[in-house]
Amino acid sequence: MGTVMSLITETTARPAENFRVTRSQRNVAWTGAVALIIVVVFAMFPYIVYSGTTAILVQAFIVLTLASMWNLLAGYAGLVSVGQQGFVGLGAYFVLILALHGFSPFAALPVAAIVCGVAALPLWWLVSRLRSGYFAIATWVLAATIVLIIEKFSSIGGGSGLPLPGFAGMNPTLLTAYTYWAGLAVTVAALAGIYVLLRSRLGLVLTAIRDDEVAARSSGARVGLARMLVFVVAGVGCGAAGAVLAISQLQVSPTADFSVQWTAEMAFATIIGGLGTIEGPIIGTIVYMVLQQTLQSYNAWYLIILGLVAILVALFARRGLWGLVDERLNLRLFPVGYWLRTGAGADRNGARRLLPRRARG
Amino acid sequence: MSTPGMDVKGDGGTPLLEVRDLVVHHGQLRALDAISLRVFPGEVYAIIGANGAGKSTLLRTIAGLHHPTTGSVLFDGKDVTGLRPERRATKGIAMVPEGRRLFGSLSVEENLKVGATYARPGPWTIERVYEMFGWMRERRNQPTAQLSGGEQQTVAIGRALVANPRVLLLDELSLGLAPVIVQRIYGMLPQILATGLTVLLVEQDVSQALRVASRIQCLLEGRTTLEGRPADVTADQVEAAYFGLAGAAAADRPGEGSEA
Amino acid sequence: MAWVNAIIQGILTGGLYALFACGLSLMFGVMKVVNLAHGDLAVIGGYIAIGIVAVTHVPVLWSFVIVVPVMALLGYVLQRTVIQTALDRGVLTTLIVTLGLSLVIENGLLQFFTANTRGIGANLALVTGAFTIGSQISIGYLLLLTFGVAVAVLLGLQYFLSRSKYGRLIRAVADDKEAAQLSGADYRHVFGIAAALALGTVALGGIAYGMYVDLDPTTGTDTILLFAFAAVVIGGLGSLWGTLVGGVVLGVAQQIGAQINISDELLAGYIVFLAVLVLRPQGLLSRRAQP
Repeated sequence: MGTVMSLITETTARPAENFRVTRSQRNVAWTGAVALIIVVVFAMFPYIVYSGTTAILVQAFIVLTLASMWNLLAGYAGLVSVGQQGFVGLGAYFVLILALHGFSPFAALPVAAIVCGVAALPLWWLVSRLRSGYFAIATWVLAATIVLIIEKFSSIGGGSGLPLPGFAGMNPTLLTAYTYWAGLAVTVAALAGIYVLLRSRLGLVLTAIRDDEVAARSSGARVGLARMLVFVVAGVGCGAAGAVLAISQLQVSPTADFSVQWTAEMAFATIIGGLGTIEGPIIGTIVYMVLQQTLQSYNAWYLIILGLVAILVALFARRGLWGLVDERLNLRLFPVGYWLRTGAGADRNGARRLLPRRARG
Repeated sequence: MSTPGMDVKGDGGTPLLEVRDLVVHHGQLRALDAISLRVFPGEVYAIIGANGAGKSTLLRTIAGLHHPTTGSVLFDGKDVTGLRPERRATKGIAMVPEGRRLFGSLSVEENLKVGATYARPGPWTIERVYEMFGWMRERRNQPTAQLSGGEQQTVAIGRALVANPRVLLLDELSLGLAPVIVQRIYGMLPQILATGLTVLLVEQDVSQALRVASRIQCLLEGRTTLEGRPADVTADQVEAAYFGLAGAAAADRPGEGSEA
Repeated sequence: MAWVNAIIQGILTGGLYALFACGLSLMFGVMKVVNLAHGDLAVIGGYIAIGIVAVTHVPVLWSFVIVVPVMALLGYVLQRTVIQTALDRGVLTTLIVTLGLSLVIENGLLQFFTANTRGIGANLALVTGAFTIGSQISIGYLLLLTFGVAVAVLLGLQYFLSRSKYGRLIRAVADDKEAAQLSGADYRHVFGIAAALALGTVALGGIAYGMYVDLDPTTGTDTILLFAFAAVVIGGLGSLWGTLVGGVVLGVAQQIGAQINISDELLAGYIVFLAVLVLRPQGLLSRRAQP
């Protein structure tokens, strides 16, 4: 006998509610003020701390800038690059070339960074059609090729590098201070730039790509353009970090400046801190520097531990350390998200975070 | 469509395959909403319904490719809800997946050999599959990509058969195939049943399902809207259940659907 | 004649590169894993061989009898634990995890064995001897033997994949792992077998490389990994013999580069690699349009 079960007689539609989509307003003013204070405090350091400390901080600035760039590439554009060390080295070498022609290395820094951004364009053209694993390898080969080419030119030091000219006669304390401020400036510019980028429409496209690339494409987002821009920005950022590196080392050398170690450091700092969030690289850099400083005397141990921690975090705490904090406190230092406010009056009580969602693994 | 000993009424003995209050989600979408069914040995049980009704999800969950949110799947009286798909396969549940899903880089015979790798003892062998589908032996070394849709479907069925399952799950056999081919393939069901198999199939082609099934169940938006024997349901009842037109059947025709 | 010699050297070196590459091709083709620690695992194989020879005084050439099974087992365990978990999380996680493994292995070796280079069997006649034809063609015994071993390994792999039960399962799982599950195959186990094969073969490459040139902890990423990828990409993913073709192309390109300018050996290889990546990423032997 045929039994007719209960049929669906009502649709599941709810009456259309009032809703508004807004940017998170609450945190911005606070974050801005706190950030400004932090930057000012950091800027005072050369007056109040030893040069040993500022040297360590310069290292931290370099790692933080690199990590932020790698986060932008991998966490937002889905580009896993194992070749960013190429831009680090290029930044360092462009500073060298300009310095050899009489420019002050500090003046050369922004120029070198921009030239790296320009250089990123033909490189992007070479690798843009490749996907994930192939893309990673291609970036690595590119970096390896760039080193070999650079090493052929003895005018810039060949295989052993050159000391960086342009500091002759400069007061050492002043040099340390300027180096520190250069590092601080680059880092602040990088973080601010990324924040602005992610709050813009490009940022929305990137977040869409991060969450679901196919859907992003089919909704008309210019995925290719977005990725190219990110690659170029990362080139500028890594180049600037490389310039700071050259200045802080007072020399350039191919093996040190183009070392794949840089990629390992920026990748792991990002992963441990949290991929796909702006705060993540900051946390990750802090962890990285702490590990490095405490374990440095144990030689290779800090890298072993760094690698193990990165593996564990990638496998078991995919959102990184910041992700653990974020999930508990629902806190965003750098708010780039949107809130969906529903219900009459669309007040905060009805708000649900709409975007961005978390990065996928 | 009945064979001796087949439990046509579906109300006696232990079901070979049973699903209890299965709730399955695709992300946030509830694809199945407390579905239950029982399939008895020797039956052909057909699940019909429109696209998106949840039919394939149901079959995939039974096979183990999908995890239910709540509810259970029982095979031969034992709870297999926690078992991985390959373990269910070795217990005797074989699925012919939607879209065939043959191993593209393997030949026809290699596909069958993979199916036979973890086979249970039983009457089905690669030779027997060749006998059932006459053309296969000749072209057994051909890459499966060169076969027609209907030929691929039969290879997929053969791959499931050589494992000697106890229950055969057929997911949308007719998809992408010409009606005459579909009929020919369904025409082989008696041969398959004769070796002691039970069949649970999902089919979009309602008339085809009604022709071969001993009992049917209709799904709509993840819920059961009709179940019973083909002989006992009217076309209007099926239509109502398929499309979800409330009250049309019961209200207009008070004389139908009498108690058994 | 120097050119002829160079080309012969390049062709034979292709055998060594094929040994590096076939395991990578297997892992990439079957599991879609880009194993950034692949080269470092080869180096581990080499170091184990060094250790075994030092402790047991087994003839160097027989060290592979122990090293290969050990590395194969390591491959299975690594795959079933770390890499499978990473695979379940996604492509990005797998890249990160293998990068992490690479870092851990390299620095672990550095910490325990120092940065000194180590060779295997440096004094053997096999390693230093060569056939000479005329005055300019010299074919090293070791290089020739390595080429022979590579061909034998590829033949063995081909036979295994096409005829054996697990070879079939590997190919089936690579095609459609869900459908393979429906036929009763636990794809995690099959992945483990593929990884075991990959590490077993790359261990042979590591031993050969240790005899050919010295090993140090960074050799894995500096040299072996890139050469392995180059051979896989140039030859074409999914083609086992492609790794030999790719290896030969890479070797010949390097030797030609060296003939032009002695320090351009690596560069020539990378340029060819880049050219293939840009112009024909699916590889020379592949018939597909995309990789």
